Amino acid sequence: MMAADAPLLDVADLGIQLTTSRGPAKAVREVSFTLRRGETLGIVGESGCGKSITALALLGLLPDSADVSGSIRLDGRELVGLADADYCKLRGNRISMIFQEPMTALNPMHTIGHQVAEPLLRHTGCSATEAKRQAIALLDRVGLPDPARRYDAYPHQFSGGQRQRVTIAMALACSPDVLIADEPTTALDVTIQRQILDLIADLVAERGMAMILISHDLGVIAENVQRMIVMYGGTVVESGTTDAVFSRMGHPYTQGLFRARPRLGARRGTRLATIAGTVPELADLPAGCPFADRCTLVVDACRAALPSLSEIGAGHGVRCIRTDAALSRDPAGVIA
Amino acid sequence: MSTAAKMSATTPLLEVRDLVQRYTLPRESLLRSPGEVLALNGVSLSLMAGQSLGIVGESGSGKSTLARLIMALEKPSSGSVLMAGRDLHCVSADELRRARREFQMVFQDPYGSLDPRQTVARIVAEPLTALENPDRETLRVRVASVLRQVGLRDADIDKYPHEFSGGQRQRIAIARALITQPKLIVADEPVSALDVSVQAQVLNLMQDLQEQFGLSYVLISHDLAVVDYLCDEVAVMYLGRIVERGRPEDLFGQCAHPYTRALLDAVPQAQAGAVRRRRQSVAIASQSFGSAGCAYAPRCPLADAHCREVAPALRALTAHHSAACHKAESVMALPPLVSEPHQPLVSKPL
Amino acid sequence: MIAQAGTAPAPNAFWRRALRHRSFVVGALLCLLVLGAALLSLVWTPWSAYEIDVASKLRPPSSAHWLGTDVLGRDIVSLLLVGARATILVGIIAVGIGLTCGVCLGLIAAAQRGWTEEVIMRFSDFTFAFPAVLSAIMLAAVIGPGMVTSITAIGIFQIPVFVRVTRGSAGAIWAREFILAARAAGKGRVRITIEHVLPNILSILIVQATIQFALAILAEAALSYLGLGTQPPQPSWGRMLNDAQTLLFQSPSLAVYPGAAIALAVLGLNLLGDGLRDLLDPRLARQR
Repeated sequence: MMAADAPLLDVADLGIQLTTSRGPAKAVREVSFTLRRGETLGIVGESGCGKSITALALLGLLPDSADVSGSIRLDGRELVGLADADYCKLRGNRISMIFQEPMTALNPMHTIGHQVAEPLLRHTGCSATEAKRQAIALLDRVGLPDPARRYDAYPHQFSGGQRQRVTIAMALACSPDVLIADEPTTALDVTIQRQILDLIADLVAERGMAMILISHDLGVIAENVQRMIVMYGGTVVESGTTDAVFSRMGHPYTQGLFRARPRLGARRGTRLATIAGTVPELADLPAGCPFADRCTLVVDACRAALPSLSEIGAGHGVRCIRTDAALSRDPAGVIA
Repeated sequence: MSTAAKMSATTPLLEVRDLVQRYTLPRESLLRSPGEVLALNGVSLSLMAGQSLGIVGESGSGKSTLARLIMALEKPSSGSVLMAGRDLHCVSADELRRARREFQMVFQDPYGSLDPRQTVARIVAEPLTALENPDRETLRVRVASVLRQVGLRDADIDKYPHEFSGGQRQRIAIARALITQPKLIVADEPVSALDVSVQAQVLNLMQDLQEQFGLSYVLISHDLAVVDYLCDEVAVMYLGRIVERGRPEDLFGQCAHPYTRALLDAVPQAQAGAVRRRRQSVAIASQSFGSAGCAYAPRCPLADAHCREVAPALRALTAHHSAACHKAESVMALPPLVSEPHQPLVSKPL
Repeated sequence: MIAQAGTAPAPNAFWRRALRHRSFVVGALLCLLVLGAALLSLVWTPWSAYEIDVASKLRPPSSAHWLGTDVLGRDIVSLLLVGARATILVGIIAVGIGLTCGVCLGLIAAAQRGWTEEVIMRFSDFTFAFPAVLSAIMLAAVIGPGMVTSITAIGIFQIPVFVRVTRGSAGAIWAREFILAARAAGKGRVRITIEHVLPNILSILIVQATIQFALAILAEAALSYLGLGTQPPQPSWGRMLNDAQTLLFQSPSLAVYPGAAIALAVLGLNLLGDGLRDLLDPRLARQR
């Protein structure tokens, strides 16, 4: 079949234009990344940076009015422009997704057993009894206590963490090649967050899936993925291995995001470093670097055109023309 | 220099005594009697003027119930809330209304807590107009001045909430809380709905306002770092009780309750080479009430038979640090958790 | 995205969007047509709507009588114009009764909860279960048939609809956080209801009122047709249908004109209601 090192998922120059009440908006521009089998990729960014829209594009779940350019290839097969009927065969089967809010991702009117068994029945064509047996095994694997007895229970009878376990079982039912987890733990408590992330990591390793983990939390990204991309204003501003990015942040936005987080043990009475201004709206993104208006290192050239992604290390790209200045900033001074 | 001034030096601004709140659950079956939930199970705390208290806990710990009781938005099943020595749940409705000038609230959701059909001027002025009937001009002057204090412009006064971003809306909510010049602001997760880069702006603002006006905060959060940043004292809640209390440096430096330790350990750390640190698998929290013994025992790796039989009371460990755990000393003796070091943005030479 | 949900748009922008909204424009034009007809009939009609001229009965359309004459020789155009008056009058007053009583009761139910809510909702269930025609017959037995009877019967029938809509939407507003914020600021239930709850459910009520207006027109026509509503010689569209019934096979057009008038008025109100729903709710508007 395919060569072993060929990427499983290859996204090249993805662009998405949405129609909003305020006119057309370039929600995503020039997003490229590849994902190999068994690899984990993190997408980090704030609200409105385009990370969830990118995930929906991978699943072919954008609204009809969205205009997608560029290419998304799964095992060499082009997904952009694929008919919805063909996409339905992929979704839940080869690509599946774990959503942020487990309560809304589950249908309150169906039993959890039914919801886990449904993708099995739809995609694998197995019998109802076989689907039930597999669904119980899955629920057991994701750590739901007593799955055989609770197979016919409804979502409201579970706690938030347990519901998220059920949605994970749903997403894994058909052993997908790519698992997309969009803020899977944001709605959960920290101690539960840890358990869920551990569970996802185990399952990904166990089944050799590729995973895309979307989060706004740098800590979650640092601990859970091998490679990461930082998105801002609909585009990738920095990408590389997690270790490379965290040991050498090349984009002023990545640096700002990192510094702005309150940290335990930061001395009381000190001030947090802030990024001035607010996240830009997708409908009125500037033509140049989307971060220009909030950046302390901005020069006129930043506003002229969207900078291209330049390499500052092996596989470590930064979309900034001032990255040298950013890298030479005195970090101690800015943090205090 | 009256007795009132002397009073305020010794009377805590806020005192909560043995607060219990019981909720009746909807009936699951006609034949069974409806269940009950103990949202608060005997919480006591006090706060001196100008100080700030952080309340940390996960969902279901009762921290939001505590906030609503402090704000006198519900009546407690038992116990009392004293604001400058006056029991809020015993005074007349009219007296309570006037007392509200002294304590205001900032809510979690900056989208849901502002009426979408009112202008900023009306939203911010509401705590004042609820109490008195000031004329339009003085009201606008006061609204404009608090808006400036929270970093918004005068021109924003006639806009509607949807014209602002999340961070700006939270500033509006803070301006609204400030307008009566309160002594205490109860903030329920004030930054958790905001983007990281905007969180820092709002936290800095809250700190500035505290210095400027000598405010006290009761800050409710699930984020330990936020509480560490703003508070003089921290209380950790678990299933309706305070399990540990102390200054943030004591509590986060050398915690004495296994639950606090679990919370600290669960915080993901943003640093290079953050190896996946596995925790020993813990049983899923059982929320059954009324059982004897420590509520945390089913999740606790240190629990023994004694823990399951006798509920520990909050006891002082040092002058500023107390915990409700039989094994507090052994928890404190555990090796410190690896915490995220002060980390430069560039750790390798170019 | 959430940022723009449930907000009050500026008036200018509202009209600009309104004029681009097709069903709103068509609905508004139809409603204005009916209203215009009613107003015109106050000052001018081609012929008198009350003058009987048996000699020229059942005339086909001509330059003198644009739509012909009815069995009593009355001009159809004049009858339609004057009939619009009855339609609008009954609609406005009946919906007014339903709206005022229904909204007050609904707001009280949502604000008070507990047994007050229980009493109000059971009362409205009881009223709802009682057919309008039946109450009209009973009222007619007491005060005689006529416009007052039909207005009262239709109005009472409208109350429970508004109670339910108001209670439901007000209940949702009461659960919002800004209500909690208003309570924390020291506002009482009455002020919260007037200042926060009512403005936030107003758009829902306006839309419901247009739908109820349409239903009231149909009900008025039905009651007049049954002889319980507007009494001769006062013309109304329902009465015209009633008169046309006996001649349905001789001159079917007599039934077509008032029928079409009713249909157009109801259609106009429904389109207007749909349009208003979209225009007043930006979340719905954006999806188009």
